[in-house]
Amino acid sequence: MNYESIWFLLIAVLFIGYFILEGFDFGVGILLPFVAKSDTERRMVINTIGPHWDGNEVWLITAGGAMFAAFPNWYATLFSGFYIALFLMLIALILRGVAFEFRSKVEDIKWRKFWDWSIFFGSIIPAILWGVAFTNFIRGVPIGENFVYVGTFWDLINIYSIIGGLVTLTGFTVQGAIFLSMKLEKPFANRINNLAMKLWFPNIFVLLLFVIETYFFTDIIDQLGVNPGVVPIGAVLSLLVVGWFIKIKQNGWAFFMNCMAIIFSASTIFLILYPRVMVSSINSIYNLTIMNSASGEYTLRIMTIIALIFVPIVVAYQAWTYWVFRKRITSDPESLHY
Amino acid sequence: MNEIVITLSRWQFALTTVYHFFFVPLTIGLALIVAIMQTIYFRTGDLMYKQMTRYWGKLFLINFAMGVVTGIVMEFQFGMNWSEYSRFVGDIFGAPLAIEALVAFFLESTFIGVWVFGWDKLSKKIHLISIWLVAIGSTLSAFWILVANSFMQSPMGFVLENGRMVMNDFGALVGNPNVWVQFPHTVLGGYTTGALFILGVSAYFLFRKERVDFFQKSFQIASIFGLISVFLVILVGHSQGQHMVKTQPMKMAAAEALWETENPASFSIISIVDQENQKDVFSLRLPAVLSLLSYNRFEGEVRGIKDIQAEYEKIYGPGNYIPPISINYWAFRAMVGSGFLMFFLTSLGLYLVMKKNVLNFKLLKFFPFAIGLPYLANSSGWILTEVGRQPWVVFGYLRTSDAISPNVTVSMLWLSVIGFTVVYGALMVVDVYLLTKYAKKITVDEPKRTEDEKTYWE
Repeated sequence: MNYESIWFLLIAVLFIGYFILEGFDFGVGILLPFVAKSDTERRMVINTIGPHWDGNEVWLITAGGAMFAAFPNWYATLFSGFYIALFLMLIALILRGVAFEFRSKVEDIKWRKFWDWSIFFGSIIPAILWGVAFTNFIRGVPIGENFVYVGTFWDLINIYSIIGGLVTLTGFTVQGAIFLSMKLEKPFANRINNLAMKLWFPNIFVLLLFVIETYFFTDIIDQLGVNPGVVPIGAVLSLLVVGWFIKIKQNGWAFFMNCMAIIFSASTIFLILYPRVMVSSINSIYNLTIMNSASGEYTLRIMTIIALIFVPIVVAYQAWTYWVFRKRITSDPESLHY
Repeated sequence: MNEIVITLSRWQFALTTVYHFFFVPLTIGLALIVAIMQTIYFRTGDLMYKQMTRYWGKLFLINFAMGVVTGIVMEFQFGMNWSEYSRFVGDIFGAPLAIEALVAFFLESTFIGVWVFGWDKLSKKIHLISIWLVAIGSTLSAFWILVANSFMQSPMGFVLENGRMVMNDFGALVGNPNVWVQFPHTVLGGYTTGALFILGVSAYFLFRKERVDFFQKSFQIASIFGLISVFLVILVGHSQGQHMVKTQPMKMAAAEALWETENPASFSIISIVDQENQKDVFSLRLPAVLSLLSYNRFEGEVRGIKDIQAEYEKIYGPGNYIPPISINYWAFRAMVGSGFLMFFLTSLGLYLVMKKNVLNFKLLKFFPFAIGLPYLANSSGWILTEVGRQPWVVFGYLRTSDAISPNVTVSMLWLSVIGFTVVYGALMVVDVYLLTKYAKKITVDEPKRTEDEKTYWE
């Protein structure tokens, strides 16, 4: 395996890690204004992700940094090309991030309401945009000579990418709901489990729609990188099993299978892409590939060594934090952090 | 058209970066000081130190959140607005950014959550370790970012291949002498910021005779810690200036408004320049002092702007290689001036502590204003570093005007510049409001829920 492929794999891993972890953060944020009936419940909902969201977000920062270091042309084309979309995402992430810290600092209902809605919009906007972005990677965007994106923001918006956005939106929301049902004290958790069931239906619906659209209405299967084989079926099957586990109230298993669904879905995208990283809708000679967008071998070798040392360490200590905060969040005012 | 794109891209970068760096130094400084306070609590069991950890920790967290969210913009905007730059240097510049995220930012962001939520879930020891990991993470983070920045100041460890800078020596990238003056200078500047912040807030309450014990202890810690830090900042800054004379003489010449090469070189006390006609409108200079600063002796040639310009034209071809002189000149003076003022104030603070005379000191009420000094020094220091490198973005290799994204239009830029300005402006107001509010909440009680449910949904 060459270094370019290793880094393609590593960036895929970082994004999948990001989608799994920040997936439930976004889901919790989207659900926050709707599932909690009192300020105590709202605080409980936030506290389920309180210790984790910041660390989870670093998966994105690292994925971005890894892209910059390993595939500068991918980083440059993507970030300048998707300029408006990324600007919106940045504003969303900024407001969401400070909202977690600021919302409880003033005992005023309007103040808290404002920040709760900042958390909502700060979660729903990126949740949609990631789906839009990734579907556009495989569908193709107008990339011309010298890797320069020559389209506009509106070239990213089409029926296919909107359905892609709905897949991530509903998927992350279900991920968030299942997470909440694992992390909250019992009566509240049961309520959310019922909600997760209701959210699961639109999720499986848009996922199937997305698969059908991919097969029949795009030419993606005519220009596959690697044939994903049964991987997309794995995604659909995992999500079906998720529905079953939600129904029988096996939250832990539902969460595990939903992570599998995310892994299979994202892997499908990355398999279809490989060895390309962005597809040009103008001409395939303008495609960005792991070869024409990569850094030199020396850089990739150094970065591989560093990644092999530190990624396992990071995974280990982050896993430890989930173990430390494994207890369900209760409404006991003494244990609630504001 | 293109000119406007360049100008707006520059403004946006300046705005988002200077703004981000309002929060970073306080994070770096307070993380360490809070960790020290908690360590004393851990060692002695003295509850006052626990309260100190809680109180300063609360203010630390409000500031921390702002640093985190404005930092995401930094990671993205090289690609967004400077795509040609990203392609040209990504191979070598991307590496330290990726390492920063992986090695430092993960550590800091994960353990901040552990620290905040772990007060009663972890053993005292593990909880103490978590704040130390935050402090170490934030300092390490600064290190890798400064490795990246040093590369822009004085590129090392690369070869040019197919029109791109390609890394060929990681050791040279990290061992860049620029890193080893810039990193201590910046981090010590962060420690100074933390110290002056605590000093100012404590003075406010000591002047009002509130919670005297608590704030006297804080004042004491801050003045010791601050004096050491600011002393070292000045010392390292001196070496950094000498390094600058060697590697980026134009920056020093501009910072000193030195038109002609001089030996011994004079230090400007005040200069008002007419950059277009390359002359002084007014200038008052101390003979030989610039040579002293540059070489630690009263002689030695310091090259002037005109000579360096002529030399650069020979090396790099025709063009204007003179950065905006007035900005450099005043930024340099603002930084050095506030540095020495802080040195004086922390010395005075420590003197008062040793004389046990803090409470009776008449001018104590002016101390809180000193909180502005480190911010002035940090920002003007970076303005000097970055503006002084112009017209280069990578010194000697890539001009800023060649680094922009070719596909980003004026209207896209207006949208993002205005968007960032509005959101950042509003958040600054909120941040200062919350810092003030929680600085005044000396009873350290936690905010509680509001149960006024009807109004929530109105």
